[in-house]
Amino acid sequence: MCLGIPGKVVETYTEHDVLMGRVEFGGVYKRVCLEHVPEICVNDYVVVHVGFALSRIDEAEAKRVFAFLGGMDQLDELEAPS
Amino acid sequence: MKYLDEYRDGRAAEKLAAAIARTVTRPWTIMEVCGGQTHTIVKYGIDRILPPEVELVHGPGCPVCVTALEMIDRAHAIASRPDVIFCSFGDMLRVPGSRGDLLQLKAQGADVRIVYSPLDAVNLAAANPSRQIVFFAIGFETTAPPNAMAVWMARRRRLMNFSVLVSHVLVPPAMTAILQSPGNRVRGFLGPGHVCTVVGCDEYEPIARRFQVPIVVTGFEPLDLLEGVLWTVRQLEEGRAEVENQYGRAVRQHGNPASKALIEDVFEVCDRKWRGIGLIPQSGYTLRPEYRDHDAEQRFAVADIKTQESLVCISGEILKGLKKPHDCPAFGRACTPQTPLGATMVLLGRGLCRLLRLRPTPREEPADASPPLGTLVPLSSGKEV
Repeated sequence: MCLGIPGKVVETYTEHDVLMGRVEFGGVYKRVCLEHVPEICVNDYVVVHVGFALSRIDEAEAKRVFAFLGGMDQLDELEAPS
Repeated sequence: MKYLDEYRDGRAAEKLAAAIARTVTRPWTIMEVCGGQTHTIVKYGIDRILPPEVELVHGPGCPVCVTALEMIDRAHAIASRPDVIFCSFGDMLRVPGSRGDLLQLKAQGADVRIVYSPLDAVNLAAANPSRQIVFFAIGFETTAPPNAMAVWMARRRRLMNFSVLVSHVLVPPAMTAILQSPGNRVRGFLGPGHVCTVVGCDEYEPIARRFQVPIVVTGFEPLDLLEGVLWTVRQLEEGRAEVENQYGRAVRQHGNPASKALIEDVFEVCDRKWRGIGLIPQSGYTLRPEYRDHDAEQRFAVADIKTQESLVCISGEILKGLKKPHDCPAFGRACTPQTPLGATMVLLGRGLCRLLRLRPTPREEPADASPPLGTLVPLSSGKEV
């Protein structure tokens, strides 16, 4: 129920003075309320829940786990018997 | 899809599971709070690749499942009226009340509609000025901003034919109720990621301090869950009890200030009855008096509908992590996804009983078909028994 899907903002506009946008989810486009992510720009990614953007996705944070996993690989190589 | 596929990588999942196994030295019971997390754990078999010391218990975080039976009955009573277009998220339509579910009502001719967003219901009110549009506003804190936005917009656009049946629930009071239960075994939490996009991590600091439990705010993909478990186990092993944010790509420390301000404007905290658990003080939202013109409970005078829940069902104890579905004499017999007795078996919800009932148990699978590490059993391949 608390489903949040990441989508790419392709267009922004206002409707009844509320910031709205078109957001793409893997080829599917939805109308999404962007009022609570006012800093949003086209091509940014947002987490969308029931047609409402909850937050902007932070690119650097999104890569963090992969940097951690990469670090683990390097450790494995160091520890592996030569 | 970007930000989804990369977090479902089987090899990366194996590495994280190995890191958990290297970190853990003794048994720990960890609860994932949110039903979406439970869904990922069961769907991808996360519980099956964890070391035996780590036990995941599944929390109460499915708003469809915990919506009190009497709220379903109130929805049913409102939706039965010929002047009403009753709008709901699809999940709620099959949840049986004591007089049947909303889908059956629709089949009998009632105007019940599934909407993707509460804002679609507002537009329906503008397009149908002679009809009463009622939206079933359920959910945790995640759904509070969109639902509040719908009420706020309806008032601004003077759509007096729009009202909401509010059954909002809050996570922290439920976590507190679990931690205060006699016999509680939960030592750490995977915190609800999407709830925290709204409220932030701060809201969980008092619980971590008061009960000395680590709370790791966690995302919803397999790698998120595994990393959340790793961080929780690390804290437990080191004797720490802090709030950490694994889901930093979506969650900010203080949440979303605009969302928090709108919730504060439209809703106020109230006591709320949870299906399977009962009344939890200060555990829900209701409309503030300034917005009561949009309160469907008052408009259609349904607040006096009260309903008794099943006495056999142990879903309350399951939701608190005290018992498992297999401990219930009704599980899979009197209580099935088609005929749920209680919260955790509710059809289309993310209740644990239902998810387990739909997944083949190791006993039911051929001996050679157990899933390899990290490749996880899709729910759709489960046998409905």
